[in-house]
Amino acid sequence: MEGFIALYIFMLAAVAGYEVISKVPVILHTPLMSGSNFVHGIVLIGAMIALGHAETVAQQVIGFIAVFLGAGNAVGGYVVTERMLEMFKSSGEKRT
Amino acid sequence: MTLSLLIQTSYFVAAVLFILGLKAMSSPKTARRGVIWAGAGMVLATVVTFLHEGLHNYALMVIAIVAGGGVAWVSAKRVAMTDMPQMIAVYNGMGGGAAAAIAANELLADHVLAPVVLVLAVLGALIGTVAFTGSVIAFAKLQGLIRKSPRSTALQLVNLLIGLGAVAAGVALALGQTDVALLAAFFAAAAVFGVLITLPIGGADMPVVISLFNALTGLAVGFEGFVLGNPAMMIAGIVVGASGTLLTQLMAKAMNRSLGNVLFAGFGADEGTESAGDSGGTMKAIDATDAAIMLAYANRVIIVPGYGMAVAQAQHKIWELTELLEDRGVKVKFAIHPVAGRMPGHMNVLLAEAGVPYDKIADLEEINAEFARADVAVVIGANDVVNPAARSNKDSPIYGMPILNVDQAQHCIVIKRGKGTGFSGIENELFFAENTSMLYGDGQKAASELIAGVKTL
Repeated sequence: MEGFIALYIFMLAAVAGYEVISKVPVILHTPLMSGSNFVHGIVLIGAMIALGHAETVAQQVIGFIAVFLGAGNAVGGYVVTERMLEMFKSSGEKRT
Repeated sequence: MTLSLLIQTSYFVAAVLFILGLKAMSSPKTARRGVIWAGAGMVLATVVTFLHEGLHNYALMVIAIVAGGGVAWVSAKRVAMTDMPQMIAVYNGMGGGAAAAIAANELLADHVLAPVVLVLAVLGALIGTVAFTGSVIAFAKLQGLIRKSPRSTALQLVNLLIGLGAVAAGVALALGQTDVALLAAFFAAAAVFGVLITLPIGGADMPVVISLFNALTGLAVGFEGFVLGNPAMMIAGIVVGASGTLLTQLMAKAMNRSLGNVLFAGFGADEGTESAGDSGGTMKAIDATDAAIMLAYANRVIIVPGYGMAVAQAQHKIWELTELLEDRGVKVKFAIHPVAGRMPGHMNVLLAEAGVPYDKIADLEEINAEFARADVAVVIGANDVVNPAARSNKDSPIYGMPILNVDQAQHCIVIKRGKGTGFSGIENELFFAENTSMLYGDGQKAASELIAGVKTL
């Protein structure tokens, strides 16, 4: 990929990340940290590509570890975030 | 060609869903929707990745996904809400480790990488490895597996040398060295550096560190995304890197600590100065029946919960007490300090678990003016965040930290297990104040007694 296009992507993504978070109330900080932790679970797809290109046994082992860890990041991050957010209810909503 | 178009389009949609999802998480009303959007993006991106041309090892891929995802699924479903911070640290560490492993495979591969690609691959590997081992240590400390926080100049020096060693090996790799032994030494040094930099940090500061590692993992993922030419990884990684950095700063600010301070200076490292301030006076005890009467006949009550309440699993009883009081016409609110619990917002999660609606929960800035109008402030399991010394005593290690002004309420009831100082070991003047009464006992038991007391009235 063109170096400068990558630089633009990095810059715009950084601005987007900063802006999106800046309006988050304190009460959501923990779920949000968990949510952003889930989002970088996208590393899973990179791990899959790395394992998919692995040729030697060493590369296969490292690639396997990468996919294992990446899947853990994505799945674990999603489940804990969802569990936390599910509980947030206002007085108006029916409680179970 | 069409296949590649499908893959690229899907990655684009996934990136949009991640950003919209994070945005939706900025309000309690839409937060749940947000995580579902982001989840849909993740599933889409993962599925189309199987369609890439020229991939092998599909069986291994599926086994690794099922195994890693399965372990994470079970642990995530089981973890108690009180243990959430260390669990987030674990999943975050896994992401960092994955980024580092991707870099290792790229560096081991035969093909020649362009200089810029090589630099970012090495940088991502370094950051990912530090986040991986650092997060594991953070987990072990919060879980109580490691209790000591060794801190000495010698250790810092050793750590500095190892860090420099990792950087030196990284520079050699980035210059095109492909020696496997060098690669191994690089990862080993980075791993040890992550351990040693986290080990001296105390439990109270750990949330800031976990948040920092979260941001670092995001950066590492973004860099490895560039190495693989994958825009979805680049965008998601950098978005998390930026937002995580901001979140880390917000947390450090709420704790009145700078990030450098958290990482390189121990809390209470200069303990010699603080013992001088003898608060004088005595603590007044109150029994549950009297406290219940005080609460039942109050107009406005503010409850200040701390991590101690969660440890005692008293949140359900406290909510039951709140409902009883509200039935009698008492206005009850919860006041939450930014660092109550183990990270900002953690206490909100614990109260939400007990069924407390989020509109009854106020943060420091909203509620501080209301203490003066409150009849009773109930402090349960909190200590430093209500210590007036932060306002008045320049010698106190917490001087300048924003606190909840519970001492301005007409009465203050402190539910506490014993007379000792808390987590940080700092004496609390509030306990000796004229309008403060101490209700000694385990949080859950004390709350049950208060409920029984209110019911008899």
